[in-house]
Amino acid sequence: MGLPFTLINEGVAQVVQASTGADGTVLIPPADIEQAMGWLLKPEGFCRDGQCYPIPSGSPVAGEHGIDLIAFASLLERPLAVDVAESAAFIGTGATRRAEALASLQAPGFTLPDLDGRLHSLSDHRGKKVLLAAYASW
Amino acid sequence: MITVAVDKDPEDARPWIELARPTHPSLVDVDHVVADLYNMVNVPEILWIDEDGRIVRPNDVAFGDDTWRSLTGFEAAKHANLLRAWVKGESPALTAHEVQRLQRLPSVADQLARAEFGLGNWLYHEGRVEAARPHFVRAGELAPNDFTIRRGTMPMQGLSSSGPEFVKMVQDWQAAGHSYYLPLPDTAPDSVPRW
Repeated sequence: MGLPFTLINEGVAQVVQASTGADGTVLIPPADIEQAMGWLLKPEGFCRDGQCYPIPSGSPVAGEHGIDLIAFASLLERPLAVDVAESAAFIGTGATRRAEALASLQAPGFTLPDLDGRLHSLSDHRGKKVLLAAYASW
Repeated sequence: MITVAVDKDPEDARPWIELARPTHPSLVDVDHVVADLYNMVNVPEILWIDEDGRIVRPNDVAFGDDTWRSLTGFEAAKHANLLRAWVKGESPALTAHEVQRLQRLPSVADQLARAEFGLGNWLYHEGRVEAARPHFVRAGELAPNDFTIRRGTMPMQGLSSSGPEFVKMVQDWQAAGHSYYLPLPDTAPDSVPRW
């Protein structure tokens, strides 16, 4: 019923099936949401790793035609950018989660490549003082 | 030191890295992951992280030298002196309370902007350059304070990041009463040049 649609979640692009509408609606089968994002639709709500988001009564998030992506992102309090014409959407990290992580003062970990493609992690440097310096060619 | 080039292509960062001949990790962050994690809104931005992985100096502005001082007002020595004293153990960094007081935390709009950027960035790297553009524009509207987006996406929109569009952007931003750079109080310039 749906067409291929790319969901970029936690930096990883996954292809799911989606039905899209001219009004910007994106509907995805629950099985595809589970496979792409790890969230399983249960009677108690959307659950992952022991955490569940209950579905408020009257919410359009889980209808007979699939999971409403916009309502789903809203339920998870995650920012969503959608491009129906390009059949793609990006789900980011919510402000509360980012802010809480930073306010804890524990420096968020990351892994990035150098010019040779070799991966380096912040955690490689635990035990040393670190100056993290961001710059750009622009 | 860990340097992170918030650039769309490792090849954009290569000349800078090869010039520096660093002995420290010089990383490339095409997806702006570090900018998102640390709520960075411009470059250059630095943070200090202690031996236990704790942020002991939140986002600050620090240039490596005074090349840009006449344009930005920043004296490289201000931060360099503070850094040297911390590294040598001569001065402590900021207390947890001070760090939390000085931190700028991301808003819902900041994160929406980053999602729009993320979508545009993915489209751009898929070769769908024209499709990417409206998402970069939208991201800049959602977070007009985020120059990793507003200036950083100019090369992906076919604009020079140091051309007339950029100059006008900074002038308009300053004219509206905002600062283009957001240093901490002890590294802030005595006066900031208006563009």
